[in-house]
Amino acid sequence: MGETITFWVLAVVSVAAALGLVLSRKAVYCALMLGVVMGSLAVLYAVQEAPFLAAVQIIVYTGAVMMLFLFVLMLVGVDSTDSLVETIKGQRFWAIVAGLGFAALLALAIGNVAFVRPTGLGGATSQYGGNVQGLAQLIFTRHVFAFEVASALLITAALAAMVLAHRERAKAKPTQKDLARARFAGPHPTPLPGPGVYARHNANDMPALLPDGTVSELSVNRIIARHDVQEGRLPEDPRLAEAIRQAVEVEEESK
Amino acid sequence: MNAIRVLAAPEPALPNVQSFGHDPLWITIIKAVAIFVFLLLSVMYGVWMERKLISRMQHRYGPNRAGKFGLLQSIADALKMGFKEDLYPSKVDRFLYAIAPVILVVPAFMAFSVIPFGPTVSMFGEQTPLQLTDLPIAVLFVLAMASIGVYGIVLAGWSSRSPYAVLGGLRSSAQVVSYEIAMGLSFVGVFLFAGTLSTSEIVAKQASGGTWEVLGLSIPMPSWYVVMLIPSFLIYAITMLGETNRVPFDLPEGEGELVGGYQTEYSSSLKFALIQMGEYVNVFVVSAVSITLFFGGWRAPWPISLWEGANVGYWPLLWFFIKLVLVFGGFIWVRASMPRIRYDQLMAFGWKVLIPLNLAWIMLVATVRAFRIEGADRTALFTIAALVVVGCLVLFFRFDTVLQRRRETRAEELKQEFELLEEQPAAGGHPVPPLDLPHYHGADRKEISSGIH
Repeated sequence: MGETITFWVLAVVSVAAALGLVLSRKAVYCALMLGVVMGSLAVLYAVQEAPFLAAVQIIVYTGAVMMLFLFVLMLVGVDSTDSLVETIKGQRFWAIVAGLGFAALLALAIGNVAFVRPTGLGGATSQYGGNVQGLAQLIFTRHVFAFEVASALLITAALAAMVLAHRERAKAKPTQKDLARARFAGPHPTPLPGPGVYARHNANDMPALLPDGTVSELSVNRIIARHDVQEGRLPEDPRLAEAIRQAVEVEEESK
Repeated sequence: MNAIRVLAAPEPALPNVQSFGHDPLWITIIKAVAIFVFLLLSVMYGVWMERKLISRMQHRYGPNRAGKFGLLQSIADALKMGFKEDLYPSKVDRFLYAIAPVILVVPAFMAFSVIPFGPTVSMFGEQTPLQLTDLPIAVLFVLAMASIGVYGIVLAGWSSRSPYAVLGGLRSSAQVVSYEIAMGLSFVGVFLFAGTLSTSEIVAKQASGGTWEVLGLSIPMPSWYVVMLIPSFLIYAITMLGETNRVPFDLPEGEGELVGGYQTEYSSSLKFALIQMGEYVNVFVVSAVSITLFFGGWRAPWPISLWEGANVGYWPLLWFFIKLVLVFGGFIWVRASMPRIRYDQLMAFGWKVLIPLNLAWIMLVATVRAFRIEGADRTALFTIAALVVVGCLVLFFRFDTVLQRRRETRAEELKQEFELLEEQPAAGGHPVPPLDLPHYHGADRKEISSGIH
């Protein structure tokens, strides 16, 4: 009874989520929908008395793989809709072939039930003393080689990804010492001036006033100053406005 | 029905996986509600205890206005959060923003369903273990719930549409996923000793230590796994700080750099209360798991366990609670004494120290366990162990020589630099006073004391 209810509820949820995965335009929503499908699968496994499979499904797929997906999507900031231009040649044809092949495989595997009498969970696990124990026994004896090969493949793939993504530095990363030296070798060893004693603003785009009341162009952020000049947002005080304009000129000269 | 009859025997049997799933529905509901209420109260008084204890550690009093000893402070805070206007910042993803705190808090509560609070007791005439449920993979279930909880944090960060919140969410997901690996590995030692993943059976295995027959002597083994598996426990203790984003690993909400991290955009409304509750319940979950796996679960500690009735009936609830308070106190103590570490240090520590150490320790534990199996082929085991040890030593010496060479080159460079600076003090670009000033005699000469000291 409980199993039937769970199945029908999850069937609706997971099919809806799968449709959402395909139809949603936002990459993060797609990833989340995939997470929902994986979670529903885990619950279905648990209902089918496969608790180990359910836990592993959540820990490995929902917890690690999907989290990495989400991580990358958020880090790269793939937020806008994807481009729908197909870049792989013959993509649709091969997708249909793969889909048909998978359907045939599934049909054969499930159709097998009609010809062979199923042993049942109890019959399959009783000789090992339980479901988890049975899995452990098989993983570490009969299928140990397959698992080792799979893990070797995964490690190779991870190493390959690291090698491909690795970039040699053209020159050594400057250490704290190098940076300090460069600063002392340059024209301004000290920090740039703050707003100053006579300042009436401490906004980023307001030049600082030095202790004698003169304006310091050094204190203006060049990028903000450029925006201020372009958009005509200069301060009313002519001395401050002049300092901002000068900061922009200095920047353009240095280019 | 069989199980109930077994449990009803005069000698109270310890619960195992088979003892679950036989309760009538109303007993299950009572247990679930009891755990829920316990956790809610724990969160309220956990906050109070944390504020009080950390205040005393910092020579101040902490909350002391609402109620005696500030006991009603948490209630006042909860009421305030409940009645505050629920704001949605204008650009947030409304659905995810609303659901993220729920995703954070629900798995935390669910993880408590497999924590054993006590032995089989008689509850309103029904024999039932003091644990909501147990699974053959109960400890993995806790890990699975923890990994779902991360979604709440990540989504809270992403849906807020604020750079600080996104950075907090990203930091958190990377941190929790990394530390979960080390955490899972630190359970392996316990699994190898207990031979089961079910929490109730792990507690039962810690009832008595048994003896170790070696060289004709029978050495009594301590019963709590924290003694035998101290490296596992230490690594777990570190990872539980990382997993729950507590100081010194609270980078996802490092206020110095990220304002409030993933919870920046949650004003102090009910959603913020949910996030806080989720964090505290997570702390209680990892504490309860540490008690269950390493500190004998609900079993009484040594001097009390001499008393016959210590581990019978409802008394174990008290021992469990005391242990929980002590472990939570440890969290607070760490928070009061440790600074926050840098993010790259955190990652390097997790991946380059905790995980390799854990793997080496698991190898050692597995070898010891394999030697103790009856009828094991000891010669083969010994050969493999010797090969592994020799291989490790070879690798170590190889890397050691490389590192030694690197250190020598570095020392040589430094020496040359010092020689250069000795000749031309201003070579590095720093304005250096001449080294032959009368009051300064150089680094290698003896300092002339003023004669006062």
